[in-house]
Amino acid sequence: MSFYRLGDDIADTTAPDVPIEQRWDKRRFDAKLVNPANRRRHTVIVVGTGLAGGAAGATLAEQGYHVIQFCYQDSPRRAHSIAAQGGINAAKNYRNDGDSVYRLFYDTVKGGDFRSRESNVYRLAQTSTQIIDQCVAQGVPFAREYGGLLDTRSFGGVQVARTFYARGQTGQQLLIGAYQALSRQIDAGGVEMHARTEMLDLIVIDGRARGIVARDLITGEISTYLADAVVLATGGYGNVFYLSTNAKNSNASAIWRAHRRGAYFANPCYTQIHPTCIPRSGDHQSKLTLMSESLRNDGRIWVPKNPGDTRSPDQIPEADRDYYLERIYPGFGNLVPRDIASRAAKNQCDLGRGVGPGGLGVYLDFADAIKRMGEAAVREKYGNLFEMYDRITGEDPYKVPMRIYPAIHYTMGGLWVDYDLQSTIPGCFVVGEANFSDHGANRLGASALMQGLADGYFVLPPMLGNYIASTKLDKVDASHPEVTATVAEATGRLDRLLSIDGERTVDSFHRELGEILWNECGMARTEDGLRKALGRLPELREEFWRSVKVPGSGASLNQSLERANRVSDFLELGELLCVDALHREESCGGHFRVESQTPDGEARRDDDRFAYAAAWEFGGTGGTPVLHREPLEFNYVHLAQRNYA
Amino acid sequence: MKLTLRIWRQAGPAEPGSMVAYEVPDANPDMSFLELLDVLNERLTLEGGDPVTFDHDCREGICGSCGVVINGQAHGPRALTTTCQLHVRSFSDGDVIDIEPWRSVAFGVLKDLMVDRSGLDRIIQAGGYISAPTGSAPEAHSTPVPKPIADSAFDNATCIGCGACVAACPNGSAMLFTSAKVAHLNSLPQGAPERASRVLNLVEAMDAEGFGGCTNTGECTNACPKGIPMDSIATLNREYLRASLGRK
Repeated sequence: MSFYRLGDDIADTTAPDVPIEQRWDKRRFDAKLVNPANRRRHTVIVVGTGLAGGAAGATLAEQGYHVIQFCYQDSPRRAHSIAAQGGINAAKNYRNDGDSVYRLFYDTVKGGDFRSRESNVYRLAQTSTQIIDQCVAQGVPFAREYGGLLDTRSFGGVQVARTFYARGQTGQQLLIGAYQALSRQIDAGGVEMHARTEMLDLIVIDGRARGIVARDLITGEISTYLADAVVLATGGYGNVFYLSTNAKNSNASAIWRAHRRGAYFANPCYTQIHPTCIPRSGDHQSKLTLMSESLRNDGRIWVPKNPGDTRSPDQIPEADRDYYLERIYPGFGNLVPRDIASRAAKNQCDLGRGVGPGGLGVYLDFADAIKRMGEAAVREKYGNLFEMYDRITGEDPYKVPMRIYPAIHYTMGGLWVDYDLQSTIPGCFVVGEANFSDHGANRLGASALMQGLADGYFVLPPMLGNYIASTKLDKVDASHPEVTATVAEATGRLDRLLSIDGERTVDSFHRELGEILWNECGMARTEDGLRKALGRLPELREEFWRSVKVPGSGASLNQSLERANRVSDFLELGELLCVDALHREESCGGHFRVESQTPDGEARRDDDRFAYAAAWEFGGTGGTPVLHREPLEFNYVHLAQRNYA
Repeated sequence: MKLTLRIWRQAGPAEPGSMVAYEVPDANPDMSFLELLDVLNERLTLEGGDPVTFDHDCREGICGSCGVVINGQAHGPRALTTTCQLHVRSFSDGDVIDIEPWRSVAFGVLKDLMVDRSGLDRIIQAGGYISAPTGSAPEAHSTPVPKPIADSAFDNATCIGCGACVAACPNGSAMLFTSAKVAHLNSLPQGAPERASRVLNLVEAMDAEGFGGCTNTGECTNACPKGIPMDSIATLNREYLRASLGRK
């Protein structure tokens, strides 16, 4: 047990002890309020402008707070939420197909493999319907029926059609909605927007988050920004794997620096591997591209029955094909949850039935859908996705089946937050993918957009107001010793990176880190493999600090320096990821431990030992992290083994 | 594949720039165009050179970060394709490829291939939104929107704000960008109350940012990776005239 220490258990202390459907109302009613006239005297920092951050910044400014907001991109409109394709869930029950808030809650707890917090998930389901109303009012052009009403479709792990969508670009449309709301507040003076500016560290004074140190990416200038509270909306850490569907510059530095300053990091081993991505084409690969899960509504997944069958797909007769998801999971077929679909694809490839280069792919075939609906209808529904596939692979999916393979897509883990979305550092709130709160060990499709917007528009603002109204904060300025110390530390770190002048590029380290994690902490994890990774990662980290080569200076635009700084954090995070995966000797959701499976190869949870969220306290670089367990209680959705057969 | 890249190098906004040639002897046809630059940058770094600065992020054609002029064409030779989605297979062994930043008065070069497009954000800030404060929304189905109108609003809303339209326009005009936002929001019933002020404010901001006027050359729509049509500009002109005449 030497790789971690056990600390005290923690509890979410802010969810009121009333029946679940009354909790959010009660919490909001108990929350202290800030008088509208006083709000402009309070400054809130928001880092990130994706769905959660954009929505939060716009809403807080509308309420009258002074918001200082940051993004590393050249415009807040470019945050990676923009790339979400499929849709957003909401319990509207417009289809009259038996949906309800309770069913969305139930599906999400079950889909998360009973590793999420019931209170949070219920609130998410309650809030979902308001999100759709809000977005429609903003002019988000959701898909509509001929009668002018909103269309919906179904998504993996669910048997109702509750997913609202805008062709294959739902994330883009929702983000543009939030961006426009934010732009309105920038124009009105409520939001002071700093684009192309990256957070380097969190400033903590007297135990409370009071600001950030940030670097202007164009001039290289390092500045401090002080506030009454800091909101981190900086997304997930999927790029720790190097190859993922995240944007190239998506990074974990903001949450990792907050972790180093005292914020617990929860469930890092819950990483989601998306089953339908375009397989990699060579060593030059810089990122992977997702094909929306919605394709599984009409596409059929199969592999050749005989290992090593190299015939082209149109030459393989029905009798020699194995539609393995339909065979193994007849109830859900191609629409099983993501973790199950991903692992099944890996199992088929491990059996030698994979297709394409290296045998790392399975077919996603639309021939039957084209026969049934006609090519025009398929084009209407999935046209942009098919074009994207064609552009990347040079193959026409209307004629030959797509090849797909799983890839890292989303991280359910993140900074630990209580019901108020506050981390273990008072005044530091965490929203969207950056927190751990709602998806347990596996996120259902179309739930990330729902959570990001729920947090940003509806959950964070009243809880942030409560914090400000109930906390007496001393005035601080840039000369405070904690501020100058934090600046010195951040500056020193960049100087050190620049001074090494070694012989390996940043990317070569990042690639090696990603390879170790993908092999040992990817779709299937073993004790041996994780121990091997934990032996190698500290060496790699030391090698990085000894021999990385970062050209240029810190006093100007330097993309290599930006990357080096992010990778230095990924190297530390990768270790915690493996520690968490090693300590959790059970399989659940996106975390599959080979040692813990049923005779037919399904994940086996161990509720007696592991029905808790693992919140890790920083133990120093290369030190021993401390585990704080938050026991999870399931009083409404009773613990049961997931069964999608 | 062996390729020669002639790339615009410029150290900073006020520095002079020039085209510099680099050989890439080992390009793979399956590489994306940005991966080609990655490979070059890895080599430049190890050789002690200065890697080429360029904007990029999602690398799946949706964030709008990337964009360079390739052989004189914004986003390169393939229609409806951003730079990140262009692949080396679109070129031939031995090709010489010119790579330049977006060129326009309103987009200053920051370094190498990276430009300042913040003027596009300020156009949106001037009125490219529907004022709907959080919490104030009516039930979504209270206002049906006919499918053709919703679809056309969507088509215009797919603009990624990359700036290719401006780079391609001989006048450096941002009309296609601005018109896409007007056509998106002004066609929807939710956007009707601010219909007149929106178009007037957006056009005023566009002019103030130093973007040129539109003379209907149509280069913008040819360069647009999302296929925003020239019709949108006609829509903007109609909306502008209507608002200027003060008609409700």
